[in-house]
This record gives sequence, C-alpha cells and structure tokens, in this order.
Amino acid sequence: MNVRLLKKIAGKVGFAVLLLAILLFTVFPFYYAILTSFKSGSELFTVDYWISSFDFANYAAVLGQGSFVKSIWNSVLVSLATVLIAMGFGLTAAYALGRVQFRGRSAVLMIVLGVSMFPQVAVLSGLFEVIRAMNLYNDPLALIFSYTIFTLPFTVWILTTFMRQLPKELEEAAIVDGASPITTLFKVFIPLMWPAMATTGLLAFIAAWNEFLFALTFTLTDDQRTVPVAIALITGGSQHELPWGNLMAASVIVTVPLVVLVLIFQRRIVSGLTAGAVKG
Amino acid sequence: MPTASVPARRQSSKVRRQRLRAAWLFLIPMLVVLAAVAGWPLVRTIWFSFTDASFSSISEYGWVGFENYLVYDDGMWFGVLADPAWWQAVWNTLFFTVVSVGAETILGLIIALTLNARFRGRGWVRAAVLIPWAIPTIVSAKMWGWMLHDQFGIINDLLMTLGIIAEPLNWTANADLSMWAVIMVDVWKTTPFMALLALAALQMLPSDCYEAAKVDGINPVRVFFKVTLPLITPALMVAIIFRVLDALRVFDVIYVLTSNSEDTMSMSVYARQQLVQFQDVGYGSAASTVLFMIIALATITYLYLGRKQIGGEA
Amino acid sequence: MACVELKNINKTFGNEEILPCVNLRIEDGEFVVFVGPSGCGKSTMLRLIAGLEDPTGGDIEIDGRVVTEESPKERGVGMVFQSYALYPHMTVYENIAFGLKLGTANKSRIREWVEKTAEVLQLEKLLERKPRELSGGQRQRVAIGRAMAREPKIMLFDEPLSNLDASLRVQMRTEIAKLHDRLQSTMIYVTHDQVEAMTLADKIVVLNRGNVEQVGTPYELYEHPASLFVAGFIGSPRMNLMPGRIAGATGGASTQVEVGGLGTLTMNRTSDGLTPGDAVTVGVRPEHFRLELSGPDRGLEVVNVEYLGNEAYVYIELPAMDELMVVRQPVPCEICPGQRVELGTDADLVHVFDHTGRALPAFTPQPEAAGVAEAANR
Ligand SMILES: Nc1ncnc2c1ncn2[C@@H]1O[C@H](COP(=O)(O)OP(=O)(O)O)[C@@H](O)[C@H]1O
Ligand SMILES: [Mg+2]
Repeated sequence: MNVRLLKKIAGKVGFAVLLLAILLFTVFPFYYAILTSFKSGSELFTVDYWISSFDFANYAAVLGQGSFVKSIWNSVLVSLATVLIAMGFGLTAAYALGRVQFRGRSAVLMIVLGVSMFPQVAVLSGLFEVIRAMNLYNDPLALIFSYTIFTLPFTVWILTTFMRQLPKELEEAAIVDGASPITTLFKVFIPLMWPAMATTGLLAFIAAWNEFLFALTFTLTDDQRTVPVAIALITGGSQHELPWGNLMAASVIVTVPLVVLVLIFQRRIVSGLTAGAVKG
Repeated sequence: MPTASVPARRQSSKVRRQRLRAAWLFLIPMLVVLAAVAGWPLVRTIWFSFTDASFSSISEYGWVGFENYLVYDDGMWFGVLADPAWWQAVWNTLFFTVVSVGAETILGLIIALTLNARFRGRGWVRAAVLIPWAIPTIVSAKMWGWMLHDQFGIINDLLMTLGIIAEPLNWTANADLSMWAVIMVDVWKTTPFMALLALAALQMLPSDCYEAAKVDGINPVRVFFKVTLPLITPALMVAIIFRVLDALRVFDVIYVLTSNSEDTMSMSVYARQQLVQFQDVGYGSAASTVLFMIIALATITYLYLGRKQIGGEA
Repeated sequence: MACVELKNINKTFGNEEILPCVNLRIEDGEFVVFVGPSGCGKSTMLRLIAGLEDPTGGDIEIDGRVVTEESPKERGVGMVFQSYALYPHMTVYENIAFGLKLGTANKSRIREWVEKTAEVLQLEKLLERKPRELSGGQRQRVAIGRAMAREPKIMLFDEPLSNLDASLRVQMRTEIAKLHDRLQSTMIYVTHDQVEAMTLADKIVVLNRGNVEQVGTPYELYEHPASLFVAGFIGSPRMNLMPGRIAGATGGASTQVEVGGLGTLTMNRTSDGLTPGDAVTVGVRPEHFRLELSGPDRGLEVVNVEYLGNEAYVYIELPAMDELMVVRQPVPCEICPGQRVELGTDADLVHVFDHTGRALPAFTPQPEAAGVAEAANR
C-alpha cells in the first residue's frame, strides 16, 4: 500500500521534472537572450541567471541605426510579398491538384515535392545569373523572386491537402448551380479556405523571414539587407569583440513578433506542419 | 432480357473537359514559376560546372569539360572530387546529419510522449516547445554563440560551477568541440519539429490497443517498444526523411556559428565559399551539382523504397 | 417538365461494375423513387442523371434529346444532397441566389425568384442567416430551395431526409409531397428507406446490386413483387419467406407447394417449367396469416409476442426456417408465448418464387394473350 503510494508520488515528481527540463531546454536560450539584451557595459561580462536590470540602451542603439530599421522593413516587405505570390499561384494549383483527377497529376505533385527538396546552394549560381540578367542584384525584389523556390512548393503542398478535405458535395452543388471551376474556386472554396490559408501563409512568412543564404548572396549593401543578414553581419570594433548586448537586442526584436505569432496561432501551425508532412 | 453489349468507352462530358482545361490552366502559372526559379537556375548551375565562369563576370566563360570535377594534370589530381577539403565537408555533413537527426528523433519522441499525457497547461507547453522552431536559425546560432562564449558564456560558467570542467572550453573554435556545438544548436532548433510530428502521430493512434496492454499489465516501456513505436514508425519515417534532406543541405547554422572553419564546413558552406568568396563559379557549381546529385539520390532511394513498401502492403 | 430515359447505361469505377446495364424511363411530372440497400448504386444512378458522373456506356435522354455530355445546368436539373452541401459562408439568401446570379438575370428578378422560393418553403424569416444558425429541417428546406430556385425541369434528391430525426422526417416527407403537387416537375428521389419510397412515389424503382429488380407503383410492388429480393425488401415487418417444394401436378391453373411445418398449400399460380420436387420459396406477408390456438401437441410454438399498441407481432418458430416467422395481429391479442397455434392463409395472398428468385406469375385465364402482350413489351 505504502509502496504503491510512494511509486505514484515518484511518478508524478518524475513527470514534473521532465516537463520542467523540456521547458528549460526550449525556452532558456530565448530567455537568456532577453536577459543579455538588458545588460550593458561590463555587466555583460558577468554571468547572471536572473534578469536584474532593465537597461534599454542596447535597443536604443540597434534601433538608432538606420540600416537595421531599414532591414526590418525589407524583411517585412520581402516576406509579405513572398507569401502573397506563393498564395496566388498556390491556391489555383492546389485546386487543380486537390480536386481534379487528371493524368499527370502525380507527376506534377512529384515535381512540386522534388523542388521543395532542392538544396538552395544548387541553384545559387544559376539564380545569380538570372537575377543579374533581370538587373535585380542587391535589390529586395531579387529575394522575393528567389524565395518562391521554397515557399511555392510548400504552399502548394499544404494547400492541396487542405483543399482535398473540403466536402465533394459542396463542389458538386456548385456544378449543379452552373458554376465554372474558376467561380467554384473563388466563390466557394477560397472563402472556406481562410483558416488553411492563414496557416500556410504563416508558415511561408516564417520561412521567408528566416531565410539567410539567398539574402546573404543576393544583397550587397546594408540598406538592402534583411534582418537575418543584418544580424549575422553585426560586428564590433574588432573581430573578436562582438557587441553582444546589441546583438541580443536585435535578436529579440526580430524574434518577438514570431514568438507572439507562434503563441497565438500554435494550433494552426501544428495543423499546417502535420498536414504538410504526415499526410503527404 | 436484352443483353446489350457495353458500348465502347466514350469521350468525357463537357463538365469533365472543362474541369481538365481549368486544371491545366491553373497549374501552368505555377509550373512556369517553378521552372523560372528552380528548373532553369539548376540547369544553368550544372552548365556552369563545366565552365570557368567567375562570380564578378558571370557572362564570360570558357568551356572546361570535367576539369572542375576531376582532372589529371602534371601527375596530380585536381577538381572537387580530388579536394580533401571537399571530402572533409562531405564527412562533416554526413556526421552532422546522422548525429543531429538521431538526437532530434530521440529527444522529439521523449517530448512527444510527455506532451501526449494529459495535464493542465499542455497547450502552453506545446506553444513553448514551438519557440525554437520559429526563431530564425541565424538568431539561434547567435544566441547559442553567446551562451557558448569561451570567456563569458553561461554554459562554461554552469559546467564549471557544477565542477564538470575545470577551465572554460572554447566551444566554437576548438576543432574537437565545434561540430558538437553546431549539432547542439541544430538539435535545439529542430527538435520541436520532430516532437510535433511525433505527437501528431501519437494522437492518431487508436487508444484501444493501449487499453488492452494496460489491462494485461504490461510494463509501459515494453508497450512503447512493442506497440507504440511500430505504429508511429511510418509517420516518424516521413519526418526523419524530411529532416535528413534538410540536414544534408545545412548552411546557416554552420556559417554563423563557426564561419568558414574547415572542421565544421558542410557541403553547402564549401560550395558557397568557392562560389562567392573565391569567386569561382565553375568550381563552386561543380560542388553544388555534386551536392544536388547526392540529395537527388537520397530522395529517389527513399521514394523507391517507399513505393516498394506501399506496394508490399497493398 | 421533362421525361428522362436511361438507355443501356453502364457504369464502372475502375474494375468494379456498379451498374451493368440499366434501362429506365421516367415520365414527365412523375415522382420516382429509387430504393435499394446501401451500396446498390442508387446515388450513382442519380448522379449520372444529374451529370455529375459520366456513364461508361449508354446514353441519357431528356425529352428525347441526348444529354449524356451536357452539364447539369444545360440538362436543367436541380439537386438536393444528403449532407445538404449548403455553402457555409453564404446566407440563406445567397445560397438560394448563387445559381441565379450565375445566369443572366438581373438583380430585381433574382430577388423576386428567391423571395418566391422562400415563401413556398417558409424561409422568409431566415434569409439573412448563415447555414450554421439553422436547424436540420431548416437547412434541408434551404437545400431544396436552392435546388428549385432556377425552376429546374427535373429535381433530384439523394437521401435528403436521412440526417433528420424521425418526427422531422415524417413532416418533411409531407412537405416534399406537397411541393411535388405544387410544382408538378419531374422528381427523382433516392432513399434506402422503403417507407419513404412507399409514401412518396408515383413509381418505385427497386435496385439490387446495380440491377433494376422491379419498376412499379407502390401497390404493384407490395402486392405483386416480381422477385424474392423485392418481396423481402418492401414491407415491414418483412414478408415471411419459407422454403418449400412443388407437390402434386404442375402446369395449369393451380400449384401445390409443400412447406415443412405448414402442410401443403394450393394456390392459383402457374407452375409451367417446374416439376414436382423442385425447390421454391413461399412468401406470406405477416398480415396475411390467420392464427388459431391449437392443442398442446399440434401446430407451432409461439416464441414471443411484441405489443406495439395499435397491433401486435406474434413470433412463431417454424422448423424449416432459420428466422422466426412474424404474424401481425390486431389488439387485443390473447396469444401468449409458449402456446401453440395453427396458421392459415388465403391462397390468393401467397407468393411463390422459383430457385432463381423470380415470382411465379398469377394464373390468368388467357395465357396466349398475356404472352403476346409481354412479347410486345420487349
Ligand atoms: N467515385 C467512386 N469511385 C469508386 N467507387 C465508387 C465511387 N462512387 C461509388 N462507388 C461505389 O459504387 C457503389 C455504389 O455506390 P452508391 O451509388 O453511392 O450506392 P448507394 O446505393 O448507397 O447510393 C458502392 O459500392 C461504392 O463503393
Ligand atoms: Mg447513396
């Protein structure tokens, strides 16, 4: 009797410890970045486990740099435009792939899946040439163009799985009402796809916001960069003296919007991630 | 009863033809875009790999055949395939892929099993688990770079306080440690993805086999290995494949955390260094092409095995 | 207003032949019900008529015009789906008007049409609501309204009442019947519920595994089932089907059948082509038996008596049958389980089916004339 009770308590405690470990593991680095971002001067060189000071000097310094603010703006612009483009092409393609039986359908799906597996570096020189030819080098437009390589396949893929879940009878009702495929897509399906579109858009936005390789390669000057590149290129007086306070403040600035989005839309994000992977 | 023979297959109806036309009409823009951003650049990359193009003047180049890949010249082998640094990059990438995906899978499963239990605040914990996934790789590399700092890093401080190490370690610069530092960051960043997919698979399991096992009084660990794991393996495999293909092209985390150090250089970092830093588009393209081939091969193998498995089940 | 004709319709999905060869004519203004067990191909047939499915072979004609390749709109059909399939993001008004807006009509015409439809279906007060704010019955009415707004020549219903609860189902059934009286359009209605079929139909089409078993009025189907399948399917409780053998002389005006436990029955059916000893199935509806209490060692044992209020079902064990026999009795019913009874029936009310399941035809005095008429029908 006593042994069983002990076992039960031990189980509960063990579970709580496990949970705590998981939370610590996932949240601590972000917490530590916030902690560091509030420190300045020599405070940085003592290790603290608790937030003790609230010094916004690092934030002021980062946001005082015109180029960093510009790069936030570039990131927002590039990510939003990428999402819109991927949605536009993705929705129509997802309708075709999700709702119409035709020969070559699985081949197209394979192409889409294949492109999403492309190593980015494998298209780097080819894309560079194309971007040069379009005169878009060192222009955020080049990023919008190149980000399509990963956002579009993945948007198509996820939207297709969502599109497939809409009831068949709804489409048939539209056909009986005399609606053409375009009318059906725009008047019946798209209004019902908002949740799926929000999910997909969010995932595409995060992917575009976080992209680094293309942004690093296709932009040259500070005022054309996106935030990941701007952060990666923050340097101090010498190479071995990075301004860690500024760096962490910048990191927190670009991450907080994402974390807020994740906390609000976690259910949607989970459904999107699993729709893309498990059902594929 | 008139036994009318079934007439020959007819042409499909107008509605069907209209839908087919619309389907292709809807697909063509997407296919054109994919061709423009992926197909054509890939073809050009492969083309460049047979030339001596350079980054600054990409339109002027000469044909060099397989020289960028492998050439015997003056009693020596040259080219990507003869470069020890490339093979070091291949080895680094494979090591990174196997270790980090393995660790992510195990940690992901543990987290998924924990989150699969019912407890108060589960939604919040799940949201917290998603945070590393949402943080840009660059940012997470920087955060960890700071935590792993040789003089002021919290990890050295912690390990020294606990008495595990006697003096601070230089995680990112030490040749023996830097790859492990990279792996640590990647595991932190991508375990949530694994955990969520594993959790989704767990939640799709029928609960009756558990109850049967529970009634039979089987040890939970045994239940996990005999019942749960086999059931979620298919879904888990898909997630693992995704992660493997992702890990094989790793760039950001290594580039930011350890820069162009040869100890951690991945295939992608190697290729980009040749392309951009050394301005050697031909040579870099050759490396990129080899990387592409490796990933294509992995994908095709997977698809082939997957189809065989599906065929076997049906 | 239109008549529909299916000519040698064949439908296969992959390798599976769902409809082998269907020939059917539906007259202008008729209310036709397709009935059959689930999976027998009723919906497929309806969807072929609607134009939502292409036949693998054969042709569909509406008013004598081949429409096999035409769209549902060109065919002039309206359809009510089992799950209603209302557009969830549109109001009732928009749902009904959706098809109209795709036509050429102007706004005020559309409003007029929608309002007229809403009035017929008593939806006036609900026009601004979304489908999720409606009850099941109201949704059903909106679905019907959407189907009839364009004034289709043919209205199609695919199990429209199966998602409603029992009392609402009865009410909607009457409303659909009234609607048919009022619109006078051709209606084709699919259901697996034979009560719905019997109460609504001018003509019932009984389907079994993609084959048309029998076409007829509810009366014909009930009184003269053409096959064992129809006999078993129509009527509740089911017709009692007992194994029997041909006894005595065959041919001519009457047939004698021996049923284990019941004795030998004589009935006026022709038994041409059968020889004494052939296995047949004898069918008697539960209400066509007479019961009389018998002595303790004669007759059959009553196993159970179900009292339903307005009538009672008496279950009797017949050694030759796997199932219990059902007899419908008026109330009050004095028979109790454990008692033994004798069964009597009227020879005219007994059905006999040969080993292929076809009903033996009733004897008619002029066999030649009947034969000629039948041949002409082919
Ligand atoms: N699109 C389809 N693909 C393959 N089989 C189908 C399809 N639609 C129906 N079937 C099959 O055809 C048969 C008849 O279906 P249906 O007409 O829906 O039957 P019901 O009489 O219950 O309405 C079923 O066995 C069903 O599985
Ligand atoms: Mg059906």
